[in-house]
Amino acid sequence: MPPHPPPRMGWDFCGNPMFMIPEFSALQSAVSRATEAEVLQALSSNRPGMAGLAALLSPAAELHLGAMAKRSAAITSQRFGRTMQMYAPVYLSSFCTNRCAYCGFSAGNAIDRRVLTFVEAESEAMILHQRGFSHLLLVSGEAPAKVGVDYLEKLALRLRNRFAALSIEVQPLATEEYARLFRAGITSVAVYQETYDRGMYKQVHLAGPKADFDYRLESPARIAAAGMREVGIGALLGLADWRAEGLALGLHLAWLRKHYWRTGLTVSFPRMRPAQGEFKPLNPVSERNLSQMIFALRIFDPDIGLYLSTREEARYRDGMIGLGPTRYSAGSCTAPGGYGLADAGGEQFEVGDSRSLAEVSVAIQQKGFDPVLKDWDAVFQLQGDRQQAA
Amino acid sequence: MLTIAGRKFRSRLFGGTGKFSSPEVMKEALAASGCEMVTVALRRIDLNNPADDIMRVLDRDRYLFLPNTSGARDAGEAIRLARLARASGGGEWLKLEVTPDPRTLLPDPIETLKATEELAKEGFKVLPYMNADPILALRLQDAGAVAVMPLGSPIGTNQGVLTRFQIEIIIAQARVPVIVDAGLGAPSHVAEAMEMGADAVLVNTAIAVAGDPVRMARAFAMAVEAGRIAYEAGLGTVSKDAAPSSPEDGLGFLR
Repeated sequence: MPPHPPPRMGWDFCGNPMFMIPEFSALQSAVSRATEAEVLQALSSNRPGMAGLAALLSPAAELHLGAMAKRSAAITSQRFGRTMQMYAPVYLSSFCTNRCAYCGFSAGNAIDRRVLTFVEAESEAMILHQRGFSHLLLVSGEAPAKVGVDYLEKLALRLRNRFAALSIEVQPLATEEYARLFRAGITSVAVYQETYDRGMYKQVHLAGPKADFDYRLESPARIAAAGMREVGIGALLGLADWRAEGLALGLHLAWLRKHYWRTGLTVSFPRMRPAQGEFKPLNPVSERNLSQMIFALRIFDPDIGLYLSTREEARYRDGMIGLGPTRYSAGSCTAPGGYGLADAGGEQFEVGDSRSLAEVSVAIQQKGFDPVLKDWDAVFQLQGDRQQAA
Repeated sequence: MLTIAGRKFRSRLFGGTGKFSSPEVMKEALAASGCEMVTVALRRIDLNNPADDIMRVLDRDRYLFLPNTSGARDAGEAIRLARLARASGGGEWLKLEVTPDPRTLLPDPIETLKATEELAKEGFKVLPYMNADPILALRLQDAGAVAVMPLGSPIGTNQGVLTRFQIEIIIAQARVPVIVDAGLGAPSHVAEAMEMGADAVLVNTAIAVAGDPVRMARAFAMAVEAGRIAYEAGLGTVSKDAAPSSPEDGLGFLR
């Protein structure tokens, strides 16, 4: 029998000035109808494209997880070498104006809220600096009155000379605000859509500015337009059908790539873990599912940075070294002030891998990979008026 | 012997420091390659930290240190990076990389030319990474580049010398040494570049991610040498028709 022709995806939205997402049910049907022949074709193609991504995310691809892992590992090693970039998060604030059914920081939750002063934030950062980190991710709940653009700008200016790269994961901002933060020394910004399923999005985002699906969806484009080096996207795994989320992420990546060719792209895979509020995942994602999603996206786009955070257990993270992810955190604490105070409490989520940087580094080295602490430079952060001074 | 900006090199293979599984493997592979010039991404190292993982294993008496501006998106960023590196003891040799597209990492010809002009004026020994464009090579040479580094194929692709036709013209025209850089995935690829008359080659990914980087480094060193000797010895011309090895056919009438 001749090989089945690849389905025409019909969603070539790359030419559109705004990113559009198809109906979630259409994405689901695209991944569910893929055949084994399409999986094999995607695995042997250099550019599997959107149809190939759908096939690799499909149930039919589950039988070929081993082959996907091999291909993903080969592509990752070729593009990124035998290295793993290391970073650590600094939680700045647990205040949040949103009520999200799944989140430990949700406005309705009775936790002790805290926002770090500049001195406290700096001392948290310096603890990580002493541990050896030079790439930081600054994270906060979405409460602009507590951690707004002014706060982030001032903090970035205080930290940028001491760190090689500063990223943020905060509420969506306007383009001019992102541009201000870029000039202040922020390298990259992550805004996760949480889910590309509008229905599900509405169901779990109960109140607050985050309930605006479209403003969030357009954030990565604003970040890139503001000149940021890198944009991070992701879906919270455990909400809607992960296969369709994977395809939506592929569409988003492809659109961003066409419109912002200077911008690097990364994807994170936050998989739901127990948080305050006792939210149970609506569509649980297994480790096999997560692995399939990571391999599929790597095969789809060889150049994207892939994060696998300490949400996942040590055993799983060790197993995944070299198979696709390129960025690991270590020794993370998800409560504001958690590095300086042993028992700060009020985490956003519980970590699954509590090993120190040294311990994770040993695991990476034992797999034959080099844990890289510095792969950027503060010089790149000296934007704007400092440019002339340098 | 190869001479670049007055400095002599016995080896025509230049090495890189990225993508290795550990600094120790890198050190051993570089030693096996016999190379004398090594490029290092300024973004990857901390020049002010003597305990830096790469700097501590690289003997700067043995290797000429060729910092590169990897990550720079435009001339301004590359220039800033170069100045700060020199101020921190990075030396005056510089591999200029201006790559605004983070995916293909292809060099921006316009920004590369601008940065070369400025940095050469400031006394840097600039070796620009460039697409294999013969006119650009001449422009960079006129702007003060001490060598040009045209790509064989996009970085990290292991596709070999896909730009053969342009590189042949660059070699024929350039006054400064021509170092084929990027995309050289196998010893046969570097042998090809050297047979064409390239002055040197730079290889990183193919050695760093090989099953055995140390043995692979040795294989590349041997291929560079073989290709160079073949070039110097004078290769036969390529012909579509079979040519008799004893050129007496048709001369049977001679007594």
